[in-house]
Amino acid sequence: MTTMTAREKAIQEQFSLRMDEGELLNCMRCGFCLPSCPTYIETGFDESHSPRGRIALMKAVHDGLIAPDEEVEHSLNVCLGCRACEPVCPAGVKYGHLLEEARDIFADYNEYKPQTKAMRKTVFDGLFPHQNRMEHAVTLLGIYQRSGLQKTARKLGFMKLFPDSLQAMERALPEVPKRSEMKKRGSAFTTLAEKQASVAFFSGCLMDTMFLETNKATITLLQKAGCDIVIPDGQNCCGALHGHSGEKDGAKELARRNIDAFEQTGADYIISNAGGCGAFLIDYDHLLKDDPAYAERARAFTAKIKDITQILFELRFHERFPLAIDSQVITYQDSCHLRNVMHTHIAPRVLMQAIDGADYREMEKADSCCGSAGIYNIVETEMSMQILDHKMESAKATNAHTIVTANPGCLLQMKLGIEREGLSESVRAVHIVDLLLEASLNDSVE
Amino acid sequence: MISPQLIEQFTAIVGPENMITSNAGRLVYSYDATPNYQSMPDAVIAPRNTNEVSSIINLCRQHKIPLVPRGSGTNLAAGTVPSEGGIVLLFKHMNRILELDEENLTVTVQPGVVTLDMIRAVEKKGLFYPPDPSSMKISTIGGNINENSGGLRGLKYGVTRDYVMALEAVLPNGDIIRTGGKLAKDVAGYDLTRLLVGSEGTLAIITEATLKLIPQPETKQTMLALYNSMDAAAKSVSDIIAAKIIPATLEFLDRPTLVAVEDFAKIGLPTDVEAVLLIEQDGPPEIVARDTEQMAEICRREGAVSVQIAATEAEALALTTARRSALSALARLKPTTILEDATVPRSEIARMVKAINEIAEKHQVRIATFGHAGDGNLHPTCPTDARDHDEMERVEAAFADIFAKAIELGGTITGEHGVGMMKAPYLEWKMGPEGIAIMKAIKQAFDPDNIMNPGKIFAKETRKRVVVTQ
Repeated sequence: MTTMTAREKAIQEQFSLRMDEGELLNCMRCGFCLPSCPTYIETGFDESHSPRGRIALMKAVHDGLIAPDEEVEHSLNVCLGCRACEPVCPAGVKYGHLLEEARDIFADYNEYKPQTKAMRKTVFDGLFPHQNRMEHAVTLLGIYQRSGLQKTARKLGFMKLFPDSLQAMERALPEVPKRSEMKKRGSAFTTLAEKQASVAFFSGCLMDTMFLETNKATITLLQKAGCDIVIPDGQNCCGALHGHSGEKDGAKELARRNIDAFEQTGADYIISNAGGCGAFLIDYDHLLKDDPAYAERARAFTAKIKDITQILFELRFHERFPLAIDSQVITYQDSCHLRNVMHTHIAPRVLMQAIDGADYREMEKADSCCGSAGIYNIVETEMSMQILDHKMESAKATNAHTIVTANPGCLLQMKLGIEREGLSESVRAVHIVDLLLEASLNDSVE
Repeated sequence: MISPQLIEQFTAIVGPENMITSNAGRLVYSYDATPNYQSMPDAVIAPRNTNEVSSIINLCRQHKIPLVPRGSGTNLAAGTVPSEGGIVLLFKHMNRILELDEENLTVTVQPGVVTLDMIRAVEKKGLFYPPDPSSMKISTIGGNINENSGGLRGLKYGVTRDYVMALEAVLPNGDIIRTGGKLAKDVAGYDLTRLLVGSEGTLAIITEATLKLIPQPETKQTMLALYNSMDAAAKSVSDIIAAKIIPATLEFLDRPTLVAVEDFAKIGLPTDVEAVLLIEQDGPPEIVARDTEQMAEICRREGAVSVQIAATEAEALALTTARRSALSALARLKPTTILEDATVPRSEIARMVKAINEIAEKHQVRIATFGHAGDGNLHPTCPTDARDHDEMERVEAAFADIFAKAIELGGTITGEHGVGMMKAPYLEWKMGPEGIAIMKAIKQAFDPDNIMNPGKIFAKETRKRVVVTQ
């Protein structure tokens, strides 16, 4: 056993105490996960950046075999958390849960630099848990875009002061709606067809601000498909950002508030249009399993979670309505969490292939992460951009005019990739919901 | 421990980016897929070419440092665990397909190529490389050659050994040798190619291989036969072979295995029958159709409760995929999974399966059995918990009985996983002291300093044999 610093010793003790030993043992080290892991492949087959390697490291720290040193932490940080290793794991190891717990332990003992600490506090405590503040923040971005400031800033070369990826990201951001628009959206909608189901819509924090149009499109599609919709007021951010960044307590609090809000609706299903959020919502039963007041309620909550594409597919939306777009090649980038955690990957493909004029071409490795991964593209920029560049090669090989995604993070990353490749004149990235609405409103189908 | 000066010398050979000495970096190469075996290497090195391998071996020999070659670490007999420390050698840079020779029907590869990647590459040219170990999506050719890996198609097409035509290898003295050639006939001296295949990294480091390819079969048909009794399934296997049909695969799964696989793969496998045979035939369409019909008839005659022939390729693929995940699906039952590969002549399968059940009962352990019924290679698998020491002792005793029984029936202790560390204590049961002596002499001739994957194949002590009385 190597000698450990006081901090490492404390972390090691927490690993022994908190990591699920049975789950660590469940990994039989067969290696079936290796080919599915984007970081294992991108690092040229480095086992320390594979799921099997990371679990071995967690177990070694748990068993006191090695110290939780910087390299162990780095290995966990480089993980995208895409969970592509889970569906291929024959032993059914819940890798995502192990990763979250391990990151949470490290976060408890992290001595962040003052500015990082302030940033984390603002984001995790001050911003995302408060929807009105999210609206403010995104409104500021809107003012920046609309006031001419954006043009001025670009002209002055102000953005050059930032790293390349942030510069491109700034250009890739969608035009955000005005705050008055965000406030205007109603909270209950009745079906436009014969009623099939009553649903509660999880509108999300980012989706309900920066991607307000996509949320409106989601509501319209649900109405057309035969759903009564409520958008409960008390809902807030799903907590994914907290959960994936080692802020588990914050995530639990948000989860409890969401369960409170949605329980009252009595809806048949809870619909999400962001794979990242949906996957976190569907994991609430695990997150709150030790909370006696919420464990049972969390299970009832998670049983109702469905992605928008799944419910449209189940309600046969694509068979009941004519769908058409101008002739173009389209391709799809899976949202990792939608695919690997919510197991929804057939529904979006069926819906897209039902659109007249859409020449759907499957992208090679569409099921592999695009490198967005929450805030990964900001904190692990180099790896994220390497993954994105390979992703764009696959996207370009399809000759697609339209890259479709099902999650805001992936959508932004695809827009960023298009920007980086200098393809913004010829290629667009859209959320599948926006594409479906466009297809259902197309003049040629009326 | 390796001295800092030596680390520097190794680094000078491969460059700092290919030299790992950190704790975390070494830990992730301290294991393979074998439960309960783990040992830290002193360093992990990724050479870029044969000359670098040779330089590394020379340094290791001078300083008596153990050297363990490692592909993707999917070994099931602890063959790639650096049990005596030293250096783990990675082949992630030596992973190219060097040549596909369509005139001689060969492919020449570096050891780090992933098996399935190579198979896909040759299939694009309408060629076929039959050995298909269950881990082929991950395993490397180098690992397959060192372990002489089998797979589902062993019955009709043979195993890795039957497809290795030529090798380039670095000997423990640093010499680089080339064996064999693109030759169907070659009797020039001892067959060193065959000696190195399956040598588990104890004789030389393989740095290049030329493999035999055959034309891809035109079509394939998959069928599933369900039985209410194990004996009836085993009898069907014997009858199919006796009818002079050699199917491409003839796999067997018992009920505990079926339940686990279905739970994992959810492909509609029945879980209320005692045994299932998964049968595949390939070749020209008319022969495949004739054989399939005849085999279906034999299965029905032997009392199969149902015989289904896969209607689509997707359906067939789902069935074989399920079989491939059998081992790992069993891992869901308990934290630890011990898998063995006792093998008997195929005529003895029914007796062996029966004996396994009796042995499991005798030792009060749970054993699920699946495997390659057509070639007698069974995988009795025990879901257990390494933390339960009492049960682990019973598991070990049960497997000792299984090995003894297999040998009694004219079989062997390992059909395709290799001896490694796990089965070293039983090797003498199979080989006898004379067999061990000549193997040790061969090892001594190649590797007098015992630096090549030490602690594998040869045990310090042979396990005391308990005579099984049935």
